[in-house]
Amino acid sequence: MKYRHIKKWVLLGAVILSAIGSHFSGGMNSYYLQIIIFIGINVTLAVSLNLINGYTGQFSLGHAGFMAIGAYVSAYLSTEHSAALFKALGTNFFSITLLFIAVLIAGGIAASIAGLIVGVPSLRLKGDYLAIVTLGFGEIIRVLIQNTDAVGGPRGYSGIAGYTTLFWTYSVAALTIYIVVSLIDSTYGRGFLTVRDDEVAAEAVGINTTRYKVTAFVLGAFFAGVAGGLYAHSTTYINPSGFDFQRSIEIVIMVILGGMGSTAGVAFAAILLTLLLEYLRFVAGYEWLPDLVRRIAANRVIIYSLVLIALMLLRPQGLFGRLPRRGIPIGSASKRAKLPANA
Amino acid sequence: MTSTEFFQQLINGLSLGAFYALIALGYTMVYGVLRFINFAHGDVFMIGAFCGYYLTPRLLPHFTGWMTPLGPVAVLILTMLICALLGITIEKLAYRPLRQRPKLTVLITAIGVSLFLEYGGQFVFGADPKSFPELMPDRAVPGTGALTITTTQLAAFIVTICLLIALTFIVKRTRLGMAMRAVSNNAAAAALMGVNIDTIVSFTFGLGSALAGAAGILYSLSYPSIDPLMGLLPGIKAFVAAVLGGIGNIPGAAVGGIILGVIETFVGGSAFSTYRDAIAFSLLIVILLFRPAGIFGRSQAEKV
Repeated sequence: MKYRHIKKWVLLGAVILSAIGSHFSGGMNSYYLQIIIFIGINVTLAVSLNLINGYTGQFSLGHAGFMAIGAYVSAYLSTEHSAALFKALGTNFFSITLLFIAVLIAGGIAASIAGLIVGVPSLRLKGDYLAIVTLGFGEIIRVLIQNTDAVGGPRGYSGIAGYTTLFWTYSVAALTIYIVVSLIDSTYGRGFLTVRDDEVAAEAVGINTTRYKVTAFVLGAFFAGVAGGLYAHSTTYINPSGFDFQRSIEIVIMVILGGMGSTAGVAFAAILLTLLLEYLRFVAGYEWLPDLVRRIAANRVIIYSLVLIALMLLRPQGLFGRLPRRGIPIGSASKRAKLPANA
Repeated sequence: MTSTEFFQQLINGLSLGAFYALIALGYTMVYGVLRFINFAHGDVFMIGAFCGYYLTPRLLPHFTGWMTPLGPVAVLILTMLICALLGITIEKLAYRPLRQRPKLTVLITAIGVSLFLEYGGQFVFGADPKSFPELMPDRAVPGTGALTITTTQLAAFIVTICLLIALTFIVKRTRLGMAMRAVSNNAAAAALMGVNIDTIVSFTFGLGSALAGAAGILYSLSYPSIDPLMGLLPGIKAFVAAVLGGIGNIPGAAVGGIILGVIETFVGGSAFSTYRDAIAFSLLIVILLFRPAGIFGRSQAEKV
């Protein structure tokens, strides 16, 4: 057990590295800095969704909803309720740090309460039904925010302080990865995998599948809420339509591309997709490319959809995922009679 | 709310419900045969609307004199054919190779196809909303007293009822319909009895997509601003309607659509009108929690 603590050291290293990076980010081009921060946020989102979709085998299409709750709650608290704290402690590095940690956690807790509410129907539903219900929850959250005047309603919420730095983003991303990996590697965490692989068998050997499913939703939602808080304090302006169905799909694509149930793969896919989509903006501006190519590059969702379809046809396990050992071997489908799933 | 207002809202709700019903039928039939949610179904509805947009100015001028009333019918039938072909093509290219894979794989592919149609549509047709051409004169039907029923609403009712009757006939009285029911009941047994599963699945997709195409035209008559993303919300709401009626159940889908349309219209006319889009989802969650089999569905025990 020489390497028992290696994960903790890696986590510590990542936090120190992001602090160093943050220290030198002052002179950086603000556009690049923004993209690097978005990458960190997307890694957090994708890794937390992977806990629900990848490890526990539930299919959530509402991750943007959790993110929205975290973003709005933390932005509202830090904007409207920070005055008392600053009065007591003065406006300095210490009080801002304290405030930021507090509002991020508050956003995460608010999101995890929503996760609990979404997790409950997941006890009875599975597969495509659950996907639609989580999608519906995401939309309900969006409609509720749109109707809340205190946070600007459909106009969006502006004037949020820009507290998010490289340090916070990557510390949160590292912490998320650390917690998810440690959890799955622990004895308790193996339960998530059994729920995914065979729910009936899991229940038969005494695993409380209900509790695992709800835990996955609550934890996944918590980190999505924290990521939402980081996002809000990075862009300083948030709008309900920024957390719509399409945003959820973006996160789902990161998980699927990376490989459901592979944290490293999912984190890699989050980095790759964020960079790729930013790069496409430049491609759309290259004068020498044919007009058609430039127009396709400008329409990022066409590329998403083609990636999704191609991936499902050619490599459904994603870039780094593993195929399930059980069930019908993929590839032999063409040799069998093609019966529908209800056969 | 006075009784006139009440009946007016009821009529508006019924006409909205008719569109949901037509789309929901496609969901239900595909679910019945393949046991999966065809996420791209709402986008076939959108393609139907755009077919109407491009076909109307090209077809209507050929129908003059006594043939004038046949013009809209021709547009409708041609649109239904195009949408049926589209549905069959989607199934062949995207879903058929995945039929033995886990359901989730197919669901993800369906989401991909849906996004492709939406944003591919934006690419081809342009992202800006277009105004649907006047396929038929839109005016109030005389003789209805204080209530307003427009000719387009009336046409939507009549076409929906005709299509429902035709569908019931196909499913209950033809050999193809019998094969469809057999596949839905037990695909393996149906295959052993000599039913060609691939043909039936193609046929089901074609039928469902044709209905969605028809719904696209009828919807655009009443709400003439069309854009490539218009299919998303009606598509998901129609799915809710299908679940409400009991997924896989054809009359259930029609009734579910009407109920949803009426509820939505009444909420839209009340003080909570801004919550209108959340109604369908709240309804879905409530049904799935308390009666997952829907109004007409029978719950099935899962076999291990």
